[in-house]
Amino acid sequence: MTDKTLTPTGHAEPVTFTRDMLEWLPWLEPLSESELTPRHMDGLVDAARAKSPYFRLLARDPDVLGARTRTDKDIFYNTDAGLPRAERELAAAATSRLNGCIYCASVHARFAATYSKRVEDVDRLLAEGTGAQLDERWNAIVAASVALTSIPMTFDTTHIDRLRAAGLDDLSIADVIQAASFFNWANRLMLSLGEPTR
Amino acid sequence: MPQTPHDVIDTLVGIMPGTALDAIRARRPEARKHAQASYVGLLVPNEPGGVSLPERFAIAAFVAGLHGEPQTSAFYVEGLRSSGAADALSAAIAQQVDKARAVGPYGRYPKGPLSAEDQDGPLHRVADDERAALGAKLAAALEHVHMLVLHPRDAAPPSLQAMLDAGWSTTDVVMISQLVSFLSFQIRIVAGLRTLASHPA
Repeated sequence: MTDKTLTPTGHAEPVTFTRDMLEWLPWLEPLSESELTPRHMDGLVDAARAKSPYFRLLARDPDVLGARTRTDKDIFYNTDAGLPRAERELAAAATSRLNGCIYCASVHARFAATYSKRVEDVDRLLAEGTGAQLDERWNAIVAASVALTSIPMTFDTTHIDRLRAAGLDDLSIADVIQAASFFNWANRLMLSLGEPTR
Repeated sequence: MPQTPHDVIDTLVGIMPGTALDAIRARRPEARKHAQASYVGLLVPNEPGGVSLPERFAIAAFVAGLHGEPQTSAFYVEGLRSSGAADALSAAIAQQVDKARAVGPYGRYPKGPLSAEDQDGPLHRVADDERAALGAKLAAALEHVHMLVLHPRDAAPPSLQAMLDAGWSTTDVVMISQLVSFLSFQIRIVAGLRTLASHPA
């Protein structure tokens, strides 16, 4: 029998980029909480994620979900030197802004604002897009994220020179590359398997 | 069966043990390990379920081709060949890449203030005379995958339903979505780190 997509109704779709808390509604049937086995729970990594329809949908391929989540956590939460957390979140927010993922941008703009305390700059990125004027260091991180996200990719040695001139060492530049690249993964799942709601 | 390098990203970037980039990747050891685990889980899983290895490598060769990144493209074209795919399938994927390349990301926003930023671009359709070599399931998948790569904000349920109607299950669609999304990550890491490795401080 052919499976069917889900059609959410009666929800309020956000029509602007925002730092507000949003929810997410799936277009494909997630596993139910009662179907989750130990292998699924290992894929979820955090038991609390069993409440999330997004993670219960991805749990249909539990090994891959677990690998995705562990990749994500190391790129963003590993505190061993490199790029400060606020700027890893900036790269995630800029990538999400360019790809058009309103849900992902909301989460990572909140984190960028919380860790940097630069709420106005984060809001300018959301309102104006990736061409917004922030400061040179943030502009360099946003420009590198844009160059990696574009197809064909336009990232080249001029981006690396600009990041170095703004004070980033090579581990920090690798963190920009990993954070922007990871959000090209995350944005596509969030955008194509469901939709945000207020 | 395609050969599985010990670390696909290191192999495609050309990172040798003891180099500066090797040391940088070692500082994010979980990301390194689980990027490789994601590759194994998505391209050469022990239990492929409803998406066969040739189908996985066909989609990967298409995605890498759309990005135009030479190392990953060559790697997945070779992977498709050694996955046991018919020559006709490899040729059909190369033809789809040639027809489907575009500049992205583009797409539309929900109606409202962001509509001013809407950017139209091509919607990929597999022509009737190209379907035989791909099969109906892969043809439906490539149409969806093209959107996911180049204009992901245009995603909507009808494109998922077209894949379900072509014979994929809900779990298969999740696997294919993860595959394309993971490749979007891997291809960029490879391009970014190759550039960094080529340009020491």
